[in-house]
Amino acid sequence: MFGFIVNRLIATIPVLGMVAIFVFLMLRLTPGDPAAVLAGDNGTPQQIAEIREALGLNEPIPVQLGIWFSNLLQGDFGQSYFFKKDVTELILLRVGPTVALATTTLIITIIVAIPLGIIAAYLHGTWIDRGVMAFSVAGFSIPVFVLGYILVYLFALEIKLFPVQGYKPLADGFWPFIHHLVLPSITLSVIYIALIARITRASVLEILNEDYIRTAYAKGLKPTKVLMKHALRNAAVPIVTVIGIGIALLIGGVVVTESVFNIPGLGRLTVDAVLGRDYPTIQAVIIVFSFVYVLINLLIDLSYSLLDPRIRY
Amino acid sequence: MNWGRKIAQGAMAAALAAPMMAGLGTAASAETTLRVVMHSDLKIVDPIWTTAYMSRNYGYMVYDTLFAMDENTNIHPQMVDSYTVSDDKKTYTFTLRDGLAWHDGAPVTSEDCIASIKRWAKKDGMGQKLMEFVKEMKAVDAKTFQMVLNEPYGLVTTSLAKPSSNVPFMMPKRVADTSADEQITDYTGSGPFIFKADEWRPGDVAVFAKNTAYVPRKEPASWGSGGKVVNVDRVEWISIKDHQTAVNALIEGEVDYLESPPTDLLPLMEGAEGVTAKILNPLGNQFMFRLNHLHPPFDNVKIRRAALAAIDQIGFLQAVIGNPDYYKECPAMFVCGTSLATDKGAEIIMKSDIPLAKKLLAEAGYDGTPVVVMQSTDVDVLNNLGPVAADKLKRAGFNVDLQAMDWQTLVSRRSKKEKPADGGWNVFMTSWTAADILNPIMAAGFRANCGDAWFGWPCDAEMEKLRDRFARETNPDEQKLIAVDIQVRALEIATHANAGQWYGPSAWRSDRVSDVIGGPMPIFWNLSKK
Repeated sequence: MFGFIVNRLIATIPVLGMVAIFVFLMLRLTPGDPAAVLAGDNGTPQQIAEIREALGLNEPIPVQLGIWFSNLLQGDFGQSYFFKKDVTELILLRVGPTVALATTTLIITIIVAIPLGIIAAYLHGTWIDRGVMAFSVAGFSIPVFVLGYILVYLFALEIKLFPVQGYKPLADGFWPFIHHLVLPSITLSVIYIALIARITRASVLEILNEDYIRTAYAKGLKPTKVLMKHALRNAAVPIVTVIGIGIALLIGGVVVTESVFNIPGLGRLTVDAVLGRDYPTIQAVIIVFSFVYVLINLLIDLSYSLLDPRIRY
Repeated sequence: MNWGRKIAQGAMAAALAAPMMAGLGTAASAETTLRVVMHSDLKIVDPIWTTAYMSRNYGYMVYDTLFAMDENTNIHPQMVDSYTVSDDKKTYTFTLRDGLAWHDGAPVTSEDCIASIKRWAKKDGMGQKLMEFVKEMKAVDAKTFQMVLNEPYGLVTTSLAKPSSNVPFMMPKRVADTSADEQITDYTGSGPFIFKADEWRPGDVAVFAKNTAYVPRKEPASWGSGGKVVNVDRVEWISIKDHQTAVNALIEGEVDYLESPPTDLLPLMEGAEGVTAKILNPLGNQFMFRLNHLHPPFDNVKIRRAALAAIDQIGFLQAVIGNPDYYKECPAMFVCGTSLATDKGAEIIMKSDIPLAKKLLAEAGYDGTPVVVMQSTDVDVLNNLGPVAADKLKRAGFNVDLQAMDWQTLVSRRSKKEKPADGGWNVFMTSWTAADILNPIMAAGFRANCGDAWFGWPCDAEMEKLRDRFARETNPDEQKLIAVDIQVRALEIATHANAGQWYGPSAWRSDRVSDVIGGPMPIFWNLSKK
C-alpha cells in the first residue's frame, strides 16, 4: 500500500508539470495583455510598454517559462500582477470559502443522491424510479447559474429565507456560516446529485440481479439489509469512482456558483484572474485545482481496498 | 447517548444560539458602515501608477488634491488655502491651509506636495504638458511653495484640479519619491478616509475608516471641492461581479449603494421599496468612435470622413442605452454643458449621411480594403457599439470585418500598430467619463503627435499647433475660441467622433442613506446612513 501511494504521488509530478506548461503556453498564446489591463482604460501606449517591460513580458516565451518554472520548483507561485501580493497568499485567503462550499455540497450530495439511487433501483420501473430519473436528467441539464438565480428568486427575494449573496466564515458563528451556504450548496449539488443518483441506481440495479442477492432474499433477509449490506457494498466501487471523477464537475460548478452567490473563493479568484489576464494567479490556481483532482482520485483509489477486500495494492 | 441524539442536540443549541449571536453582533456594531458595490473590485492601490477608474476612486477616498473642480467645472482651492500669480504670470505661490495632516499624524508640507506633483506629472499627459512649462518648484516654507514657469501657461490650476485619471493626489514625500513606474506600498494619505490595508481582501472587500483628524473646508461639498464631511464610520467596497446579484443584494438591503447598475436592470430597482436610482454625474459619459490612422483605408482623410458621415449618434445610443432618459445627442466633443462645448464642425457626426459617405469613398478611390472593427462583448455599455458601427459602415460601402472579443483583448489589441491583417485594427469604440475629456490637453483623443499619440495615432501638425496654443493661452475666452478650432480640426481630419453622451445612474437604499451628492466619481463624504 505504502509503495503504491509513493508511486502514485511520484506519478503526479509529471502530470502537474504538463499541466503547468500547458497552462503557461495557453495563456501566452491567447489574446490579451496584462500590461494593457494594468495601465487602465486611459493608459497610453508608452505606459503599457513600460509595464510590459517591468513585468518581464517582453522576454521571449521560453525565457519567461524558464523563470517561472524555476520559481515554481522552489514553491514560489510568483506575485499577482494586480494585487502585488504573493499568489500563495491570495490562494490561502480564498481557499476557505471554496472548501466550505465543496464540503457542504458533497455532504448534501451523498445524503441525497445515494438513497435516491438505491430507492430508484429497488423500485425499478415504478413512477418513483421514473421520477428520480427525470430529476436526474433535469438536474444534469439545467445550467448551474440558471438554477442559482431561480433559488435566489424563490428563497431569498420571495420567501426571504436566505441571503442573496455573500459568505460568512465559521469564525463568525455556525448559523451565519450555514445560512449563507445553503443556497449555493444546493445549487451546486443538484448536478452532482443527478450524476451520482443515476450511477448508484445503475450499479445497484446490476447487483440486484446477481445470484447472491436472490440467495440473500431466499435466506429470509429483510430488503433493507439486502440493499444496504449486500447490494450497496458491492455497488460502492463504481459509485465512489464517479464521485472522484465528478470532482472536475464540482470545480467547474464552484467557479459559476461563487460568481452567482458572490462567494470570495478560488472559483471567483480564477474568473477575476482570467478576465484580468493575471497570469501568475491563473497558473497557480489551475495547478492547485489539478493537484486537488489528482489527490482526491488517489484517495478514491485507496478507498477501493476498504470497499472491496479483494482489491490489494 | 447515541450519535443521532447528539447531533439533534447540537443542532438545537446552534438554532437557539443563532438569534443571540445575531443580537450580540448588532449591539457591538454601533458604528455606521456603508456597504457599497463599485463598478469593479479594487486591484491597484496606486492612483498615479494606473489610470484605472477604481484606483482613481480609491484615491479620492484616501488622498486630497491641491485644487478641485466643482459641479459647474469651476476650479477651487482644496488643500490650498490661497494662491497668488505674479504679474508676469510666471510664478504661482501656493499656501497650504491649516490643519492638513497625513494619516500618521505628520503635517502635510510643501515638500510633500512638490514631490507628489513631480510623480504625477511623470505619468499623466496633462501633467507632462504642465512640466514642459515648469522651470522649477521650490518650497518657501513648510506651508508655502512656488511653481516657477518658463513662460505663462493657461492650465496650471486646471491641471492641478484634474478630476479624473490620473488625478494629482498629494502623498507624503517618502511615498511620492517612489518611481512613477513602481507601485507604492505605503498607503498613507491625508484624505477623508483611511485605507484599512489589514482588512483588505483583494477581490472581496476593501475597507475605509473615517479619518477623524481630517479638517474639512467650510464650503459646501461639490464634486471634489468643498468640505468633505464624513458622516459614516466605515465604508466597505464589496466586490460583487454579477450585476443581477448586486441588484438583488440592494433590493434585499444587504448592501446600501451600487455605483453603476446596468440600465437594463433599473426597472427592477424602480419597483423596489426604499431604493432610489439617480444620475449623479450630470456630465455623464461620451462614446468615442476611433479610427486607426496608420493603415489603409483610414490613412486617407477622405475615407475617414466617409466613416464619420456614415455613423450617427442616435444609432449607438438607442442600441446601447435604449432609454432616452439616460442619453443625449451632443455635438460637443468637450461635452455638452461645459464651458468649451460647441457644435461647430459637428454636422458630419450628428446624422448618418450615406450618400455623402459613398461620394467621399468614390472620390478617395476606396478599393474595398477590409475594415477591421473590434467589438467588445463583455462590457455592458460597449457591447452593441461594434455591430452598429459595422452596420453603418457597410451601408456606406465599406468592406467590414467585425471581430468580437472581450474588452481586455480589445485593450491589448488596440495598442498594436501592426497592419489589421497582422493583428492590428481599423476601428474600435469606447466610452469616456466626461471628466476625462473636458479640454483638448486632458482629452487623449485629440493628441495628433503621430506615433506618440493615443491609440489610432493621428498625425497632424496643425492640430498639435492648436493644442499648444490652447495650453499657452491664459485668457479663458480665448481658450474657448481655440477649443472651437480644435473641434473643427478634429472632425476635419477625423481623429475620432463623439458618438453620443450617456448617463449611468447610481442606486442606493434611500430609506437609510441620505444626502448623497454627485460628481464625476462616486463620493462618500457628505452622505449619512441611518
